[in-house]
Amino acid sequence: MRVLYFAWVRQKIGLGEEVISPPPEVRDIAGLVAWLSTRSPGHAAAFANARTIRAAVNQDFATPDHAVAPGDEIAFFPPVTGG
Amino acid sequence: MITPTIRVQEAGFDLGVESARLTAGRQDIGGLASFVGLCRADDGLAALVLEHYPGMTEAAIGRIAAEACARWPLSGCTVIHRIGRIAPGEPIVLVLTASSHRAASLEACAFLIDWLKTGAPFWKREEFADGTSRWVEAKAADDAATARWAGSVL
Repeated sequence: MRVLYFAWVRQKIGLGEEVISPPPEVRDIAGLVAWLSTRSPGHAAAFANARTIRAAVNQDFATPDHAVAPGDEIAFFPPVTGG
Repeated sequence: MITPTIRVQEAGFDLGVESARLTAGRQDIGGLASFVGLCRADDGLAALVLEHYPGMTEAAIGRIAAEACARWPLSGCTVIHRIGRIAPGEPIVLVLTASSHRAASLEACAFLIDWLKTGAPFWKREEFADGTSRWVEAKAADDAATARWAGSVL
């Protein structure tokens, strides 16, 4: 599973992307956030306030209950500010 | 249905050139609406730096443009969004919508820029003259502006 980070999520974690193999009990975005938060102090800081984080699964916006599977491209980022 | 022109690029753009490109050789277009978003020099801003999600950005803009084409009878549509470092006064985003009549082009143009603000993965960072920087926070007003286009399939 490939995970991408953007904007201040990337800065707090200190990585633009990483390849991970979460345990099988990680089934959705919310579960993945909880698991990623244990990986480093940077991850914990980035995910400390889940309400400020948005996610995408395979380049489509996804809610916390969206399923994740091996081979997915997951992304975490702040609410968007383009335009 | 027309194919919208969508570009995500570091380079600037010229409203006149893009307008001429959209209408060249056409005699069916009665209204061409445009929106250009510019970089303001608020609070001593030295530059805006725009980050995006390559791949998803183009796909998201494509879905938004396709929705605009499904809702209004457009005969042309161009969306250009810049990334990277943008100085105050420079353009950031262009939306062009053409139709037989003004209402469709004006409404579709407003729909597109409202959706671009809330539905496309771009993030703005403000750099100031004193060397500090901060990420721009999403605005509730932008969500409200998008919400007025109720019934969207997006």
